[in-house]
Amino acid sequence: MQGLVWKFGDDIDTDAIIPARYLNTSDPQALAKHVMEDADPTFPQKVQPGHIIVALKNFGCGSSREHAPLAIKAAGISCVIAHSFARIFYRNAINIGLPILECPEAAEKIAAGDEVRVDLNSGTIYNLTKDETYQAAPFPSFMQDIMDKGGLIGYVQWRLQQQ
Amino acid sequence: MGMTIAEKILARHAGKSTVKPGELVNAKVDMVLGNDITAPVAIKEFRRIGVEKVFDQERIALVPDHFTPNKDIQSAQQAKLLRDFAREQELTYYFEVGRMGIEHALLPEMGLALPGEIIIGADSHTCTYGALGALATGVGSTDMAAAMAIGEAWFKVPATLKFIFNGQLQPWVSGKDLILYLIGKIGVDGALYRSMEFTGELISALSMDSRLSMCNMAIEAGAKCGIIAPDQVTFDYVAARAKRDFTPVYADEDAEYEKVITFEGADIEPQVAFPHLPENTRGISEVGEITVDQVVIGSCTNGRIEDLRTAAQIMKGKKVAKNVRVIIIPGTQNILRQAIQEGLVDIFLEAEAVVSTPTCGPCLGGHMGVLAEGERAVATTNRNFVGRMGHPRSEVYLANPAVAAASAVTGKISAPEEVM
Ligand code: SF4
Repeated sequence: MQGLVWKFGDDIDTDAIIPARYLNTSDPQALAKHVMEDADPTFPQKVQPGHIIVALKNFGCGSSREHAPLAIKAAGISCVIAHSFARIFYRNAINIGLPILECPEAAEKIAAGDEVRVDLNSGTIYNLTKDETYQAAPFPSFMQDIMDKGGLIGYVQWRLQQQ
Repeated sequence: MGMTIAEKILARHAGKSTVKPGELVNAKVDMVLGNDITAPVAIKEFRRIGVEKVFDQERIALVPDHFTPNKDIQSAQQAKLLRDFAREQELTYYFEVGRMGIEHALLPEMGLALPGEIIIGADSHTCTYGALGALATGVGSTDMAAAMAIGEAWFKVPATLKFIFNGQLQPWVSGKDLILYLIGKIGVDGALYRSMEFTGELISALSMDSRLSMCNMAIEAGAKCGIIAPDQVTFDYVAARAKRDFTPVYADEDAEYEKVITFEGADIEPQVAFPHLPENTRGISEVGEITVDQVVIGSCTNGRIEDLRTAAQIMKGKKVAKNVRVIIIPGTQNILRQAIQEGLVDIFLEAEAVVSTPTCGPCLGGHMGVLAEGERAVATTNRNFVGRMGHPRSEVYLANPAVAAASAVTGKISAPEEVM
């Protein structure tokens, strides 16, 4: 996947990703209309399918709302790269099949507006704008299995079939 | 090699003799929880799995607490999804308005979170039940759906940080202050992916209500869970409530901790977390002059009977300051009733505060006390993120019930001693 980067700072919390005032619905498209708006009000209008979010540490901290990764995914974001993720956001993203990569170097060096190409299997991140390559740890195979089955629901269906 | 409490609980529930930090395991869960925001998504996902029935009707709790009694049509639709699902699946623990409470006040009170158990909830403050010696942790809606179907969840075994609190509690210091102080020291990602074990004389001296407040905010340090080993306080609390048999779990003598951090009670005065992160803490003596428009006493952090008693002790015979609105929200129906019986509600009404039915309400900027642009609140809740209680340009200061009550009386953030 390849796309233009939106850059965010430290500790972007789930209230910034999708404020509670919009949580009276769980429709991903409705949520996507307000995604990231408290962090950057222009984001919901300007984000395009394929764009990539790059953030610093502790992205997605705060509540357990799966609405956060759902809204990001529904907005068309193809991948989120961060220095680190809050743990519930991390598992939610895997469970719903939103690609995410932890890579401190990429999080530091990639700037807003850079064009970036990501290879999830190898964890390689190539910055076309700066001609730099960064290496993230690829997913553990357990999590790769979940991702390969389209998320946790597919994984559970598969497990039930095995029984 | 020995195991920490979290490792041991995970090993038992995964059917293994040992586990190590970093290992990924599938483990059985003792209780699965969801609320009116997260369960609708989980129910939708549950349908996709294609099983007819949940794995166990007595091990799922649905608590409509965030936007209830419903604030608008959409939130009523969400709550109805829970109700319909609970009826269809014949769930034992669906808590309708009138029997409901804020989930993390309610489950311990109902004896549905017990020592040695694994409890997952599609709500980040599920970590509250670590106070009972359980491994309790917040997950997402899809995790909840999968667990409702198969009674299991995947876990990465966390490394454990041990926090020892020595000495004695200073006046007006509670579990809330210990955790705010800790977060102030290690930061909002200071325990990222970790299990925290809280121990020491100070912890032993805490009441169960105070322990629940403390473990409630483990997530605010980024932790997977915060655990206090069961002791007599725990057993006294669960004795009359437990809905199931349980097996307490303790750390081994030779358990391996990633880090051991020691704090001294003498250094810890009541804490206030400034906007917009729980780590921006200061001792009450360092706060300075900060006027407030609203005071909220409630939430899953500090809406228990001990919290209301403390607030009432301070507000008794006094009036709320002229320019301040005070909203008091007992955590559950039982707590509300107890507050009425003990005369606490009278004290609040005399003081000209509002007392509400249990709800999350203003804690997440939902209803019952949303802030306007530029307004400032001191709240006993657990998060002070941008826009958490309303307008993106409003501010939330986090404090314990004693500080909140004193601030209600003076109209600015105040130490309890100022009004006592
Ligand atoms: S009281 Fe606040 S923090 Fe607790 S469950 Fe409700 S919204 Fe979440």
